[in-house]
Amino acid sequence: MPTLLTNGTIIDPDTRQMSIGSILVDNGVVTARFDGLLPADATVRTAPDTTVVDATHKLISPGFIDPHVHLREPGEEHKETIATGTRAAAAGGYTVVACMPNTRPASDSVAVVQHIRTAARRAGFAEVLPIAAATIGRAGKELSPMRELVDAGAIGFSDDGVPVSDPAVMRNVFEYVKMLAVPYFGHCEEMTLSNGWGMHEGAVSNRLGLPGYPSAAEEVGIARDIALAELTNSRLHVCHVSTAGGVALIRAAKARGVNVTGEASPHHMTLSDRWVLGWLDEHADARNEPGMSLNPTTRPPYDTSTRVSPPLRSEADCVAVLQGLLDGTLDFVATDHAPHSRVDKEVEYRLAMAGITGIETALASMLMLVNQGRISLMDLIVRMTDAPAAFLGRGTTALRVGARADITVIDPQLVWTVEASKLFSLGKNTPLLGQKMRGKAVLTMYKGNITHQEA
Amino acid sequence: MTMPAVSPFVPWIPTANRKRRHVLDLDDFSAAEIIDVLDAATSMKEVLGRSVPQVPILRGRTVVNVFYEESTRTRMSFELAARTLSASIMSMTAKGSSVEKGESLIDTIRTIQALGADIIVIRHGESGAPYLAAQHFKGSIINAGDGRHAHPSQALLDLFTIRERLGALQGLNVTIVGDILHSRVARSNIWGMLRCGMQVTLCAPSTLIGDVRMWQETFPTLKISYDLDAIIPATDVLMGLRLQKERMHAGLLPTLREYSTYFGISQARIDKLPDHAIVMHPGPMNEGVEIMPEAADSPRSVIEAQVTNGVAVRMALLYRLSGEATI
Repeated sequence: MPTLLTNGTIIDPDTRQMSIGSILVDNGVVTARFDGLLPADATVRTAPDTTVVDATHKLISPGFIDPHVHLREPGEEHKETIATGTRAAAAGGYTVVACMPNTRPASDSVAVVQHIRTAARRAGFAEVLPIAAATIGRAGKELSPMRELVDAGAIGFSDDGVPVSDPAVMRNVFEYVKMLAVPYFGHCEEMTLSNGWGMHEGAVSNRLGLPGYPSAAEEVGIARDIALAELTNSRLHVCHVSTAGGVALIRAAKARGVNVTGEASPHHMTLSDRWVLGWLDEHADARNEPGMSLNPTTRPPYDTSTRVSPPLRSEADCVAVLQGLLDGTLDFVATDHAPHSRVDKEVEYRLAMAGITGIETALASMLMLVNQGRISLMDLIVRMTDAPAAFLGRGTTALRVGARADITVIDPQLVWTVEASKLFSLGKNTPLLGQKMRGKAVLTMYKGNITHQEA
Repeated sequence: MTMPAVSPFVPWIPTANRKRRHVLDLDDFSAAEIIDVLDAATSMKEVLGRSVPQVPILRGRTVVNVFYEESTRTRMSFELAARTLSASIMSMTAKGSSVEKGESLIDTIRTIQALGADIIVIRHGESGAPYLAAQHFKGSIINAGDGRHAHPSQALLDLFTIRERLGALQGLNVTIVGDILHSRVARSNIWGMLRCGMQVTLCAPSTLIGDVRMWQETFPTLKISYDLDAIIPATDVLMGLRLQKERMHAGLLPTLREYSTYFGISQARIDKLPDHAIVMHPGPMNEGVEIMPEAADSPRSVIEAQVTNGVAVRMALLYRLSGEATI
């Protein structure tokens, strides 16, 4: 059944153009584009059963691509399933996600990769690209059957959650991903420096008496993996860069031609370690205008929804990660959507599972930075569409005639409150619960099918 | 539950600012509230000196000690404080309870609530655990020590003892020496002492203090020293902290001998203190490591007074929480 999106602001990330127009979708692809406002009496030549969606004052963007999510299936379906996770992705405006292999069992076999692809197809909310485990059981000892896994549909490798601690094993992983021409998604962490961590090491951890995860633990990990990528002439993708030092290492490596990319997570740009203080934070920004700032003092101290790996860093780190995203050091936005159950989070702070669910709030969090004038709307959309597409070896996502109809319609002015009961993800572990946000995907279309629509 | 009428046996106790619901740390105590508690503790100490040391302030109330870590003085001190105030007191330790069967902290707190507890006194190895308990308990929580984070009743009894011995708090120079990085006693004392206008210097090897910037971002006036001998002559209160021997195995110290040589509280160092200065230690002590036996037993030492005063201070805290609870 054809769908006509009328009179929205169409964003083309490849040409960096925004223009008012309408888009006709049929059979899963864009079949026509009309420039300018459709005259009220115009007869657009469409089939009589066409669904017309008024996109006036809304943005029409290519569907977002998130190369870093956790869907938990198989094995941890109480935290998330492929169906619920991709439904949440649709609610966040995403049409393509790449999922990490820290499932149970780990995605280190053809059977698990095939299961993920089958379950994703059955759910139908988004395209799911499986990232397979680099080592058997993510244990960091023996290589997974990497070539078989690529043939089964794996698009890259990672032991995300942990690094491949042994540098000699890591070297072999780099050799294999070079041969297979797929990315290695590095969770860069020197675990002897972060052993027993509760949160980012700094004034807040010291005040709260929580063992620290120093920035240097990430920086040492990134530096090591850059050196090994250089040694093997291979390719490194650094996941969830959270530190100013990490950004600087990647910037320097790129400058000397190392094949390295990086990603920035919304929470590492918009939430600092002060969020762990909750209402103990005297310095909290008190501006209450929705979409302009977030208020950590609405949460209790030691709120485990703030516990994430790598941890929320200092305010200076937040600024540096955003700067890295702006200057191209970090290539795209990735949510690291990491759902957990209540049981995993309703425990003592340091014992809580690390992870924040972000796929339904990412757009609004990033639009806050747009509202603050810290990143342009176009730069943001490019880093959520064409930039991750390029990283995955795909062409532009722009909604030209003939393109796959993966579309997100955004209402940039919609004010909404993050509520657990309204999140589609089974994981309610976000420190943004209760916050008023501005901007939301009001309609998401994957292969021409509407996968999400705001009531 | 209604607040029991104040018995005529009870001496005058300040009633200003009786709105506190929990005692989780001293970071949310003003100087005035600290002084209020110390004044109440003075009255409570008078009660403890009576031939029949019991007043009915908490009659009908139930205080439950929930101790996930072992403790001698804190647990007994709270028990005695609650009994003196006529409360029912129960104690739970992690060993021998459902915690060993894997019961979560929240479920344990809810169980204790269902049994009718009014005040929970909690000791826990994880920093922040009392804040979690406070979110799931309708009564009051007193933090009796959580991880490295806070031990507010210890800090209050330290302040009480200092004021008792030296007359006032304002302007005193305190040196805290020992394993400060891992110490909840140090953290709570820093809050309380700075609020009360004292000057605090931390003294330890760098591995046991950590990054100076981490401390001074939160406490800009805090001083750090690696030279105990240099600061001793200007110290009014010398507070030693327990040095856990595991710290050496973790590589934070070369040897206990070296530590003791440069940072131990010895008689020779005590001799260099000003005449009025006092020596404190929250216990338990490693005599011969962070403090020498003769120093612990010297006339300067107020270590036993700290223990005695602990009961009065904890009575004052329990009393403070017996008022109308507001969030």
